[in-house]
Amino acid sequence: MSRAAEESNRRMLRARDAMDRAYAQPLDVPALARIAHVSQAHFSRTFRATFGETPHRYLQRRRVERAMFLLRETDHSVTAICFEVGFGSTGTFSRTFSDIVGRSPRTYRKESAPTGVPTCFTMAWTRPSG
Amino acid sequence: MFNAITHSQIYVLDQDQALDFYVGKLGLEVAADVDMGFMRWLAVSVPGHPERQILLERPGAPAMSEETAEQVRELVTKGAMGGWLILTTDDCRKTYETLLAKGVEFTEEPTERDYGIDCGFRDPFGNRLRFTQLKTA
Repeated sequence: MSRAAEESNRRMLRARDAMDRAYAQPLDVPALARIAHVSQAHFSRTFRATFGETPHRYLQRRRVERAMFLLRETDHSVTAICFEVGFGSTGTFSRTFSDIVGRSPRTYRKESAPTGVPTCFTMAWTRPSG
Repeated sequence: MFNAITHSQIYVLDQDQALDFYVGKLGLEVAADVDMGFMRWLAVSVPGHPERQILLERPGAPAMSEETAEQVRELVTKGAMGGWLILTTDDCRKTYETLLAKGVEFTEEPTERDYGIDCGFRDPFGNRLRFTQLKTA
């Protein structure tokens, strides 16, 4: 691997960190490409090659993970959580959540319990796979 | 049996750049810096606590083949290799502001937890670090 590839990895990681940090904001490809200092076309392609999924999918799964966290650890309403994690409509939220988790947000809440493990680890480890 | 952890290790891609970051920005101190010719033994510690050192190791020859070193470098820069260093501080928010002003890349702002206030950041290579202001009992 060349130093250029390492620099590219680091830029993609910077954009992925931005999604982990600011998942509730409308982070679209142009915004993420700016963070990574690359063109939009280059960004989507390179991000996928680096991390194995598209930036859109990564962001969706981060938002779902954060929703799982809030369903598990807080008593905020499902609707409030939907907007809290950055989804624009409850329909999209429920559909995406169920697709990824295999249960609806309400069922997930009923069946889950707080983990008692530091959030930084559960955040990294429970981001559901597709 | 055992009574302390004295050394831990993380991979850094450039030891001079690592010194700039870990000592110059984070304020750790050099615990050991030995040029062995073929390798450089470089360790840092929290000031006043040389009993717990972190070895800043550059992946490469002669410890590993160039091909393996490249794989390690790739994992580090993807954030997949990171040593999970967790440090403590007396004032998480103040430390955050200080390091932010120095250009440190944060992955998480100071956040209240059951155990205190903590936040996350990266070193220049992609390793993940955190620091926590623990709740006083």
